[in-house]
Amino acid sequence: MENLRALSYDIRKDVADIIMAGKTGHIGGDMSVLDILITLYYREMNISPQNAEDPDRDLFVLSKGHAVEALYGVLAARGFLDIEEVKAGFSRFKTKYIGHPNNKLPGIEMNSGSLGHGLSVCTGMALAARMDGRRSRVYTVMGDGELAEGSVWEGAMAAGHYKLDNLCAVVDRNRLQISGCTENVMTQDSQEERWTAFGWHVISVKDGNDIEALSRAFQEARSVKGKPSAIIAYTIKGFGSPIMENQAGWHHKVPSQEEYRQIVADFQKRKEECIHESDS
Amino acid sequence: MNQIPNRQAICEVLMEQAAADKDIVVLCCDSRGSASMIPFTEAYPDQFVEVGIAEQNMVGIAAGLAKSGKKPFAMSPACFLTTRSYEQCKVDVAYSDTNVTLVGISGGVSYGALGMSHHSAQDIAAMSAIPNMRVYLPSDRHQTRRLVEALLKDTKPAYIRVGRNPVGDIYKENDCPFAMDQATVLKEGRDGAIIACGEMVLPALEGAKLLEEKGIHVTVLDMYCVKPLDREAVARAAGGARALLTVEEHSPFGGLGSMVSQVVASTCPRRVVNLSLPDAPVISGTSQEIFDYYGLNGAGIARRMEEVLEHN
Repeated sequence: MENLRALSYDIRKDVADIIMAGKTGHIGGDMSVLDILITLYYREMNISPQNAEDPDRDLFVLSKGHAVEALYGVLAARGFLDIEEVKAGFSRFKTKYIGHPNNKLPGIEMNSGSLGHGLSVCTGMALAARMDGRRSRVYTVMGDGELAEGSVWEGAMAAGHYKLDNLCAVVDRNRLQISGCTENVMTQDSQEERWTAFGWHVISVKDGNDIEALSRAFQEARSVKGKPSAIIAYTIKGFGSPIMENQAGWHHKVPSQEEYRQIVADFQKRKEECIHESDS
Repeated sequence: MNQIPNRQAICEVLMEQAAADKDIVVLCCDSRGSASMIPFTEAYPDQFVEVGIAEQNMVGIAAGLAKSGKKPFAMSPACFLTTRSYEQCKVDVAYSDTNVTLVGISGGVSYGALGMSHHSAQDIAAMSAIPNMRVYLPSDRHQTRRLVEALLKDTKPAYIRVGRNPVGDIYKENDCPFAMDQATVLKEGRDGAIIACGEMVLPALEGAKLLEEKGIHVTVLDMYCVKPLDREAVARAAGGARALLTVEEHSPFGGLGSMVSQVVASTCPRRVVNLSLPDAPVISGTSQEIFDYYGLNGAGIARRMEEVLEHN
């Protein structure tokens, strides 16, 4: 089996490169959500460039659209996009590789960017799959700051009402947003109680950057009948390099050359640790 | 007088086609009654999605349904649909290019005395300003039917605004000339031209008849397609007229009048006067009382056209 933990650091390097090339991006949220995306695209979802038009494919919407660099990294690693093209084009004049998901690109189902939209859209997709008797499962990832948008809870209400067990929402619970700690900006605890109250099956993943733990959570969600599932993934913003981790200031900071070298060295070090661990 | 409101005509078409086309899905926000959709919900419960009072959610869900191959009609009072869920209309429908038909029911001042919260006098401006969003205001039940039939054949986003009350017939069941995105010429005259949309088309026609009695002959255009505006029809009407009058149940800004004025100014300069609701909360009353107060009736339209031509 591919060492996805090691791969995650290669993709992190690609994400950092995209941001350095474009001189913009949301590196903190990219690093927190990346392992969720890798688990979805490598373990959980029935989606590949070969079945991208198959009506029975699984569907994904990145509701926290500002983490698009992480999505670009994973889509490129899975063969939907050319990583060198992304790096060369990201945020440039006339580019199609813009700073939020753009469904003119292979592998991207819906445009996002405005927060609080993905869950309603996925609720519609899940309803359509049920109406047509399709096997498709539908996934979205939301940021925890995003949960202050009331529309999220409209979607949560409807998905619970319609008992959409083909729908799985992930909360990237890194506890930080652009202004600081989520709990200071707008209380988001307890996520478990909130989603439960809306009729969802809730799965807490204590280490939301642990691909194995995330895989188990998705498996559990798949087994739940009669309810949508919410995975509360307790992630670390900026995960992968100690200089970024748990720092709200890295929400959309572009690293200096010196910081970039340190970040990349940290990624490499962790990647080697992963390889050693799997060898031993 | 016809007793079938345009919203009911929409329901009739959807009911006729839903049996053969299982992808037709209707969504309402606790608005199935206001949308005249109760017969549809009873006949096709599996093709109906009740969203509750949550317009943002309705539009997002509709976009997701469309992305998965459905042909959703998302129906809610125009005042809520086009303001509360504006961002979903922009991002999930127009920007993501999903095959959603947004239906604003009880548009304009249909809700009369319920106040400004329930009036949609800015929906044309709002929806027209979104790239990839089409905006239609059909004038009577027959044209509404043709429009919905046409929209079911394409896959692009659209917004339809209809009123709450029945409107008199302009066309007949078997005599309703309709070409997609082309205005219908209801009358031709050399003195002036009246361009109207939605429920203002019938009074525009009545106004033209009153003018005729005074020897003033005007063209009347039914511009149900506000966006994409039939620019050629506007230019043709302007070319054959001394002045133009636009009539709409909308704010003075960003609606039919603004769009017609842009085209006329750039292609065939003529005087254009816009007759609309005021830039203010409208007076209380039934919609007809409101129309009468602001001169949005046959007599008011004739009077204004006459003034425009006199002072041209």
